[in-house]
Amino acid sequence: MTVADVGRVVEGTEDEPPRRPRRRSGWATGYLLLLPGLLWLVLFFAVPTIQLVATSLYDQAGSLDTGYAMTWSFGNYLDALSTYRQPFLRSLMYATVATVAALLLAYPLAYAIAFKAGRFKNLMLVLVIAPFFTSFLVRTLAWKSILSDNGFIVQTLQTIGILGPDGRLLATSVAVVTGLTYNFLPFMVLPLYASLEKIDPRLMEAGKDLYANGFTSFRKITLPLSMPGVVAGTLLTFIPSAGDYINSELLGTPQQYMIGNVIDNTFLVQLNYPIAAACSVILMIVIVIMVLVYVRRAGTEELV
Amino acid sequence: MTASHAASDASGADLALSSVTKRFGSFTAVDDLDLLVGRGQFFALLGPSGCGKTTTLRMVAGLEEPTAGRIDLAGKDITRLKPYKRPVNTVFQNYALFPHLNIFENVAFGLRRRGVKDVKGQVQDMLDLVELSSYGGRRPGQLSGGQQQRVALARALINRPQVLLLDEPLGALDLKLRRQMQIELKRIQTEVGITFIHVTHDQEEAMTMADTIAVMNEGVIEQMGGPTELYDNPATTFVSNFLGQSNLVAGEVLGQSGHELVVAVEGSKLGVPMDRARSTSGAVWVGVRPEKVFLAASGTETEDNDNVLRGAVVTDVSFIGVSTQYLVRMPWSQELTVFEQNTGARESFRPGDAVDLHWMAAHTFVLDAAQDAHAGDETYDADLAPAGAGT
Repeated sequence: MTVADVGRVVEGTEDEPPRRPRRRSGWATGYLLLLPGLLWLVLFFAVPTIQLVATSLYDQAGSLDTGYAMTWSFGNYLDALSTYRQPFLRSLMYATVATVAALLLAYPLAYAIAFKAGRFKNLMLVLVIAPFFTSFLVRTLAWKSILSDNGFIVQTLQTIGILGPDGRLLATSVAVVTGLTYNFLPFMVLPLYASLEKIDPRLMEAGKDLYANGFTSFRKITLPLSMPGVVAGTLLTFIPSAGDYINSELLGTPQQYMIGNVIDNTFLVQLNYPIAAACSVILMIVIVIMVLVYVRRAGTEELV
Repeated sequence: MTASHAASDASGADLALSSVTKRFGSFTAVDDLDLLVGRGQFFALLGPSGCGKTTTLRMVAGLEEPTAGRIDLAGKDITRLKPYKRPVNTVFQNYALFPHLNIFENVAFGLRRRGVKDVKGQVQDMLDLVELSSYGGRRPGQLSGGQQQRVALARALINRPQVLLLDEPLGALDLKLRRQMQIELKRIQTEVGITFIHVTHDQEEAMTMADTIAVMNEGVIEQMGGPTELYDNPATTFVSNFLGQSNLVAGEVLGQSGHELVVAVEGSKLGVPMDRARSTSGAVWVGVRPEKVFLAASGTETEDNDNVLRGAVVTDVSFIGVSTQYLVRMPWSQELTVFEQNTGARESFRPGDAVDLHWMAAHTFVLDAAQDAHAGDETYDADLAPAGAGT
């Protein structure tokens, strides 16, 4: 029996106020609520994506002034890959290192907030989110002065001999990866915290009761149960990191440029729209494939 | 099956707690507790919530460390031993099954940690014992409460601990399943012969299953003994009210006559065997269980060794099938409870009937009047009770 049938039956009984209109409005409410978001997505995601894919297949001979001809130039992709192979690989490598670093930093932090913070739990969560109160750009610029040649970090590292007398941090890969790690750390901490916080501490007690010491309990119980958080956190860190261009722009040099910088430059300086679009599409496809493989291997669907 | 080979080398061992105290800040959860649990016993720690029974259990498991005192298992001091090094396993209150592992791996967890060989065979035997042989591949979330309970039991038992701790293991089950699991648990305990320590707030559960019960209240053991002994001869008002129901009336000791203590209660003289008197002078509580009392029409003659309280009026009658519960108001306006078996051989009464209460002197007990007559009575609300009522 469908919803409409139920409505008709109810309506058919006497001295019962007709209920069909109310049911119908209830049925429509869901769609009405979906509508603004759906429109937004179509307008600002679906249409631009289609446009971007189309642009990537335009004839490179065209220009903004003369217009582009749609020639289904799949060759654009080969050009993009051969020209910008370095920045592509660098992006994936930087993003991977930053994601691993963020995971290593965030896991103990999220664990401490979830299980050890007691009444400071909420305060610590606010502190994790606090950086968002200032702009991404301002915070990255702050790192520029923190890592600068005359900054105390470089001076200290030079004094204890980890950096040579001419060694520097700014304008190196280290600076870019540090910036990426810092900027996306909260996106790692929050999902990790959410999944750790849900774990019943009695499960760890049960582990200890069943002959697992602290480390084994963690490995066999806590870690597997926090996998949804690990997967969500690494995705939320890796995906924006791979496409980022602010950190490499502000903390690096052209030697550290990532694919984001290339896309930025190709679109806005070289005005080579087809190649820029091809780079964007390649980045999107690579990320989607990597994410699919990763999610499948992490096996999160098996987790309750 | 498993049970036989589990029993052969699972040697239940003596567990001894000596002057064990546990404080959380200024709150004393367990206060200078001494306890000896014999090998192979089914031992119940019974008490209301917050009485310290779970804390005691957790100290034996190693999940809490005593503030003072010492715990010995089979003659070895285990007070500060890590939980994963103790030959003790626990069935947790809400089972605490690992949701990411299937039933087989849950049960195998302890064996794998200890690097035991033949995990497969042992787990299968254990699943047979708890009648879940075909459920090995499922996740805990796909099982009913009763099944999860049995998995929790199997997961602990498979390690053949010297002591098995059960923390309110049946608390989450409905009444019918609980009764069934009580019988099941008792069967398994008899089969494997391991010492069971069972924490519960359900007096019926404790009495059904345990060989020995320790009744705990506010961090101390009020009384310890077999179910019959605790029920028939309670040592404190708390035990008399928490384990079943009791009628307690205020009395004054007059003296001794032969093997009996003579107590004056509102103008009547009652006899109590000396070995059932916890206090032998001054003000006392005289107690009798509701089902030990017989009602008779006012003025009926009594046998020589019966205790009698006269001049009561029936105020309420509830028929509950096997028995009828009467509330009677005494001349001093206290209400007492009487349970009469519906054998058909005895007269029944209606509200307003004048009756006398008779019972055998041997069923009477005497407690020190310094205690609160309502201690342990979970149905009593001091604000609602009429002044001077003492049941």
